[in-house]
Amino acid sequence: MTGNPFSLWVYLSQTPLLWLTVTLVVYAIADAASLATHRNPLMNPVLHSIWIVGLFLHVTGTSYTTYFSGAQFVHFLLGPATVALAVPLYENRKTVMSAIVPMLMALVVGCITAIVSVVLFAEAAGLPREIVLSLAPKSVTAGVAMGISETLGANPAITAVATVLTGIMGAIVVTPTMNRLGITDFRARGFAVGLASHGIGTARAFQVDEVAGVFAGIAMGLNALVTSLLVPVAATLLLR
Amino acid sequence: MIASLSVILICQLIGEVIVRGLRVPVPGPVVGLALLFVVLITRDRFPILARGPLRDNAVEGAAKGMLAHLSLLFVPAGVGVVQQLDLLAHHGLAIFVILAASVLVTLVVTVGTFLITSRLMRRGRSAS
Repeated sequence: MTGNPFSLWVYLSQTPLLWLTVTLVVYAIADAASLATHRNPLMNPVLHSIWIVGLFLHVTGTSYTTYFSGAQFVHFLLGPATVALAVPLYENRKTVMSAIVPMLMALVVGCITAIVSVVLFAEAAGLPREIVLSLAPKSVTAGVAMGISETLGANPAITAVATVLTGIMGAIVVTPTMNRLGITDFRARGFAVGLASHGIGTARAFQVDEVAGVFAGIAMGLNALVTSLLVPVAATLLLR
Repeated sequence: MIASLSVILICQLIGEVIVRGLRVPVPGPVVGLALLFVVLITRDRFPILARGPLRDNAVEGAAKGMLAHLSLLFVPAGVGVVQQLDLLAHHGLAIFVILAASVLVTLVVTVGTFLITSRLMRRGRSAS
């Protein structure tokens, strides 16, 4: 072992081991805090893990590329987790099949609302055209949203930020909003949060109720499809 | 556990191959999802297929374990995005408020549409 703690840090900070460990430990603590508060929406584990890890990188002057060399092992699992959605879908297929029509109606109306509301609010606030366009696809999963943003000639980086913020906000407000409205149908609650807040909303839904999680996953997938078709149309109709 | 994970990865792999091969504009994992769904349904129809990871809820358990910590998987990407928050420097507060308002409106309208349609259908069914 080297006697110099700095050279040890230089070595460790360049290995995937340190950053993978940091990601898992911070998440484990954030998740334990969320569980201890009975899944209080404000204790959202995504929100708190992100800022704590971000702060840690900032303080240690670590670049995102270095961090990602370790965190990529977690990031990679997004693909297999998408495949894994087949299992709750399969187990709840009767519930899903009986709700096809309400889902399709909610999909179309919800998707239009997600796009039109953000474009109108942003226009009313007098934001520059590039930002308005960048915000339009914010309700779909980040990869798809950035693709849409690029085809519109907007700024995909701003879209990515808006997408993550939208995901976290939806995951935080969904439970109190639905409870206040007295909505107890977890199919509808899940579908709404998956449509409005993609994967981060779906993760929240799975923490609350499995049926809600299934419907959120379906909404997330379908909305990615419909939003890709509707955002360019909305952009030409609303922004002249 | 490993066999179950392999089943999930194989579904994703075949999904990626199909997507690249046929140039369909769908993410590979989504095709993988459809494949795993078909595998589970097929297994129920032909009990002879219920072996290894397709027996005793093995794949089901692995998949649920992964989904229970779906939140964790968004952390690496989220950290990258938050480092770019200064992109919003000029209009940060406005964008924040706009996104929050849009999310709230979208949630309420979507849940409302779902419930109203569902109620209308039930009424239609009991009337006929």
